Amino acid sequence: MEVFFQTLVAGVLKGGLYALIGIGMTLIMGVMGIINLAHGQMMMLAMYLTYVCFHFLGIDPYVTLLVSVPCLFLVGVGVQKYTLNPLLKIESLLPENQVLMTVGVGMVLTEVARFIFTSNYVSVKTSYSDATFFIGGISFSVALTIAFGFACALTAGMFWFLLKTDLGRSIRAVAQDAEAASLMGVNADRIRTITMGMGAGLVAAAGTLLLPIYYLFPDIGGPFTRKAFVITILGGLGSTVGAILGGVTLGLAEAFGATYIGMDYEDMMGLVIFILVLLFLPGGFKRLTKV
Amino acid sequence: MAILELHGVCKNFGGLRAVDNVSFAVEEGEIFGLIGPNGSGKTTTFNLISHVFPVTCGKVMFKGQDITGLKTFQICALGVGRTFQVVKPLKRMTVLDNVIASAFLRHGSMKQARAQAEKWLDFCGLTPYAGHLARGLSIASRKRLEITRAMATEPTLLLLDETAAGLNPGELDEAIALILKIRKSGVTIVIVEHIMKVIMSISDRIHCINHGQTIAEGTPQEVARDSKVIEAYLGHGGGH
Amino acid sequence: MREHRIPLILLALLLVLPLVVTEPYFQHLMILVLLWVTIGTGWNLLAGYTGQVSFGAAAFFGVGAYTAGLLSHHLGLSAWWGMALGGAVAVLIAFPFGWIAFPLRGAYFALGSLALGEVMRQVATSWESLTEGMVGILIMQTFISKLPYYYIALALAVGSILLVQAVTRSKLGYYFVSIREDQDAAASIGINTTKYKMISLCMHAFLTGTAGALYMNYMGFIDPHVVFSLHDISIMAILVAIVGGVGTLYGPAVGALIMVALQEVFRSAGFGALQALTDAMGGGFMTVVTKYVSQAHVLAFGILVVVVIMNLPNGVVGDWARIKRAFRRG
Ligand SMILES: Nc1ncnc2c1ncn2[C@@H]1O[C@H](COP(=O)(O)OP(=O)(O)OP(=O)(O)O)[C@@H](O)[C@H]1O
Ligand SMILES: [Mg+2]
Repeated sequence: MEVFFQTLVAGVLKGGLYALIGIGMTLIMGVMGIINLAHGQMMMLAMYLTYVCFHFLGIDPYVTLLVSVPCLFLVGVGVQKYTLNPLLKIESLLPENQVLMTVGVGMVLTEVARFIFTSNYVSVKTSYSDATFFIGGISFSVALTIAFGFACALTAGMFWFLLKTDLGRSIRAVAQDAEAASLMGVNADRIRTITMGMGAGLVAAAGTLLLPIYYLFPDIGGPFTRKAFVITILGGLGSTVGAILGGVTLGLAEAFGATYIGMDYEDMMGLVIFILVLLFLPGGFKRLTKV
Repeated sequence: MAILELHGVCKNFGGLRAVDNVSFAVEEGEIFGLIGPNGSGKTTTFNLISHVFPVTCGKVMFKGQDITGLKTFQICALGVGRTFQVVKPLKRMTVLDNVIASAFLRHGSMKQARAQAEKWLDFCGLTPYAGHLARGLSIASRKRLEITRAMATEPTLLLLDETAAGLNPGELDEAIALILKIRKSGVTIVIVEHIMKVIMSISDRIHCINHGQTIAEGTPQEVARDSKVIEAYLGHGGGH
Repeated sequence: MREHRIPLILLALLLVLPLVVTEPYFQHLMILVLLWVTIGTGWNLLAGYTGQVSFGAAAFFGVGAYTAGLLSHHLGLSAWWGMALGGAVAVLIAFPFGWIAFPLRGAYFALGSLALGEVMRQVATSWESLTEGMVGILIMQTFISKLPYYYIALALAVGSILLVQAVTRSKLGYYFVSIREDQDAAASIGINTTKYKMISLCMHAFLTGTAGALYMNYMGFIDPHVVFSLHDISIMAILVAIVGGVGTLYGPAVGALIMVALQEVFRSAGFGALQALTDAMGGGFMTVVTKYVSQAHVLAFGILVVVVIMNLPNGVVGDWARIKRAFRRG
């Protein structure tokens, strides 16, 4: 039973971070209608930024959030503005051009990272990296708990932003119907650009928060892109609430998979979930929650 | 005998009831008008007949057969052709190829399908555009292509959704002539139209809906005099 | 016949080419090009003609390759049996996949195909009793000379182009393109969209699986990371078709030539040109550059994706008129 609760806690905590990754992806999905296959690679970039700040400047990862999030926001803005928005004006046979473009961007990011940092694993070892505390016999990783707290705060902030600010409303308007929003005077290109920036910023936060308890190498982007993508499918394409549920579900599935089936199967869980969702709940949690 | 019957058909979109308990019967050989103000559920009714999405309740019968659960392509194969209000040309194919694609439903070989397609292009007056890409057509020709494509599936019932909208007076007369020609060839027609001149002059009977509900049915004269119809149109500031 | 003159002349050239150019390295590259013609043509049928973009060519390629490899490894049969069965097994995988993914509209198919490739790689990695896992499968090649492989690959490539040509001139082709252009319109003229998408997918899977089986026979070695690679197989298949021209008959063939050439330029760091430069300069700096360039083929690949999509959305064949104009102006 203790193992069970231990796994549950680990799953939920990790799920909080996954939710952060998923919300970024789902925002992009909602507004642009595309899956960003460079999502994990953007996270990888933020992690390297965090690593550099820690390793060379001695800045604590949590402080680095102030650097990595804005930096990745700019990266997202640049990607949207200079590679994706122009595509909307080019006529081509396949609408999936944009998705393919994100694949290209992801490859470039990964290889640039490999150029600079080589393929070696690196990590950021802080004083709290391995620290734990106990509540009722169940251990909590300090870093993961802090990360979970940050993730919740950022998610709440995100919701406030989307629901209460003008910009947030414009974003939701474009997500609902880009054409109608344009007619009402919303600059859809600008909204797309900002959304991509925010998606990148959110995943950057997740990466920075994850680094103290994780390791880093250039190819780490791919697996995280896949996780983000499973979360988004699980949540229902474009649903923010769904992304949170999806993130936590994936966190739990991975944790339980690792505990009860075997470490090797942690990564498999996402794919299994993906297939189950396609089979039994096409449309994801959005179908159930309707938001 | 009624070729098409709707029995208490409804459609909900989330909380919105777009079509609410609509019933009517279309007799073989007639032109049956379906009218109503904007957003009253006419296009949705067509989409329910051709199963673009499933009905929430009720059933649709075609030639006495229940077609409610059939797929769009099966319904077409049974002999129900349709056009789309927002035209859906196969843009990067030529006009001829658009029609060939649809002629393949009844004619398996390339040669036959092509011959049929040419016949239908001629029938509908699109032959001069045969080699043009569908995306380059004017709105009038696109609407005509919709009809041609539907006719090439050799339907016995044709659903026309606002095929006259956006046409100039000259084109309008041509469109009316084409519709009458199609009816003469033995095809039953259900037509949705906002332009009263068209609908009143060619329909044998008219069914009027508002907010998804039937408000009147009868000959054009009866419907034009109906107070609920007048109110529905005036209430919306419409009328045309 | 006239429209076929150029392809026929090319075919004649290709038939005699390996007899004239006997350099094995060059023959090897030509075999790769021909393999990619087959894969790209198959992808093009599904995506370019039917409009269903797949990110999962590797799933079928790998399954075909493993079919050939495992027949030889476990049953002691000739791996050539895989040429007959690889495509069929790939179709067996494609069928349930399409059955799940096609009724869902929108991005699901593209995403599902991406996942399919990953699932297959995971299975090939984890199911060690069947696949030997990461160790991979090693078989004895039948021929020492590259010539037999060359002609088989040529036959496969020509066969796939002829297949697509036959399809595009038939009812099937009209239905595929109608589905690509507008699924609602297609359904409204009596096309069973799910069925025809499935047929297209199965043809794609068959061609790709057969190419995979040939790859196994030719290379003699496979492992999950090579044959189920997202970048080196699935994305490469897309690039081959896009660079050449999506939705054109000969586009993938042109794309295969360009892509394999480019890949090789980067792999070998400009055919050793940089190496020569390095020797001439005798400097450490150039050594570093050479090393980077040859390591950077994935980066170049990524940049190529970006550049091609921005500038040649319809490929060399599709945008040929534009390319010619650009040169004339320039
Ligand atoms: N796919 C859909 N999802 C949600 N709501 C829909 C959908 N299609 C139609 N509606 C809604 O159903 C109602 C009826 O729409 P419909 O298109 O059938 O009207 P209409 O009578 O054809 O109008 P018009 O004359 O403008 O063409 C409208 O309120 C519309 O917004
Ligand atoms: Mg309508």
